[in-house]
Amino acid sequence: MKRVYVNEKWCLGCRLCEYNCAFANSGKSNMVNALQGKTIRPRIRVENDKDTFFALSCRHCEEPLCAQSCISGALTVEDGVVRVDKSKCVTCKTCILVCPYGALSLDETGVVQKCELCLNNTVGAPACVQGCPNRAIVYEER
Amino acid sequence: MRYVIIGNGVAAAGCIEGIRSVDRETPITVISEENYPVYARPLISYYLEGKTDLPRMLYRKPDFYEKNGCEVLYGAKAARLDVESKKVVLTTGEEIPYKAVCVATGSSPFVPPFKGLETVKNRFSFMTLDDTLALERAIDENSRVFIVGAGLIGLKCAEGLLHRVKSVTVCDLAPRVLSSVLDEESAAIMQKHLEDHGMQFYLGDTVTEFAENKAILQSGTEVEFDVLVVCVGVRANTSLVKDAGGSVNRGILVNERMETSLPFVYAAGDCTEGFDLSLGANRVLAILPNAYMQGKCAGINMAGGEKVFQKAIPMNSIGFFGLYAMTAGTYTGPEQGGEVYVEPIEGGIKKFFVKDGVLKGYILIGYTEQTGVLTALIRDQTPLDAVNFPLLRKSVTFAAFSPEDRRKKFGGVV
Repeated sequence: MKRVYVNEKWCLGCRLCEYNCAFANSGKSNMVNALQGKTIRPRIRVENDKDTFFALSCRHCEEPLCAQSCISGALTVEDGVVRVDKSKCVTCKTCILVCPYGALSLDETGVVQKCELCLNNTVGAPACVQGCPNRAIVYEER
Repeated sequence: MRYVIIGNGVAAAGCIEGIRSVDRETPITVISEENYPVYARPLISYYLEGKTDLPRMLYRKPDFYEKNGCEVLYGAKAARLDVESKKVVLTTGEEIPYKAVCVATGSSPFVPPFKGLETVKNRFSFMTLDDTLALERAIDENSRVFIVGAGLIGLKCAEGLLHRVKSVTVCDLAPRVLSSVLDEESAAIMQKHLEDHGMQFYLGDTVTEFAENKAILQSGTEVEFDVLVVCVGVRANTSLVKDAGGSVNRGILVNERMETSLPFVYAAGDCTEGFDLSLGANRVLAILPNAYMQGKCAGINMAGGEKVFQKAIPMNSIGFFGLYAMTAGTYTGPEQGGEVYVEPIEGGIKKFFVKDGVLKGYILIGYTEQTGVLTALIRDQTPLDAVNFPLLRKSVTFAAFSPEDRRKKFGGVV
């Protein structure tokens, strides 16, 4: 299965992946309208260890602790992709408690969001990867 | 021949999914005492609070059983296991032969024999959907609710009810709230928060006698109420295995493959007792993640696959009116030869329990960012000198890990 992988040697720390992620999941057609003046809540996030930058997002684990631990059944695995049904989430944060990759966070309405490889929006393939200027994040089989 | 699952909770759902990951053909029979498809049990308090509803509480899609080739016997109860002839005998006398059986019978509320309890008309447990619907019918905006038990279940019940009733009073024999997961210092923070929202507590105190709508506490305090909820604790439902001659302690004893001591009999979920890695000993770990994972592990092995379930630790994330308590592992203090690191934070606290160079447990009140990274340190018994632990105590970041660790975590299939 294709997943998002990062190569921190190539990451410039430009955070375009964060902006592209937030835009792709905004439901808006114009990036300025979608993001201007807002605190973005991307499903991928860039961290740094001094001068080394790296992007972190859902690993779509083969045995995802988040989905196995979800108390509401909101998190499930569909064809290898860990999906979230936000209408079922009650924000217990058990998924956050168990994910070793820190890949789940809350959206602006207070329920859990996570990377769904842009299968949940109109982009259809990871927008973070498409917009990465240095191929520091790739979407491929490994 | 068929697989039989006794119980229809989350462990059973995991078992079904485990079996079907190996064997798509052999029929599965699910014996369900409750008249509902598998639902998310821990959501009953959220239901009272109005944060979810019955359709959304379904744990799986409506076609779950059909798609997975399961027959569900609703309202049915297993009376005994006939291990010799590999049959489950129902209370009706009906016999269901099995290829392998999974006991996923969960736990039942424990109600101490309080003096005068039978004089209380409106008394409830808070465990099942039916308990919840009955409780909901008994309350209105004038109800004074009295809850015995300030544990996870009692307090979630209190939170769910608070805005729907006149008052909620909680008593517990323990001197603090959430005594199974919080220490004194952290419990005090949560208690203050709950009191600020209107809950009233009598802690270190218990009921000596009920007289209809009144409880007389050990301290002499009298509490008048309209509705009583008893949430003192739960007990694993072990009798099927015990009566068949299987090994049982406080829960059904299982190995890493979820096999009981009886041939072709597996067990999973709250009815079992398993090895807590952070404690280094067996205990009943009645938490939903374990139920699912044990169920799935049992299912895979029942169907002839190979799976072990390890790395179980106690862990909980629980929020009350926006303030969360996240806890994991075992709290090894100085008296157990451990060290405790405390980080005060605005409106909360972070406590880390370290022993033998590894993180054994933590208590976090008011901090919920990427905490799974910390939980993984406990589960994986990661040597703390391999990470920047002082940095992780401040905030969770992968800057605390080596580039090599990061490459493994984010550059490969996991």
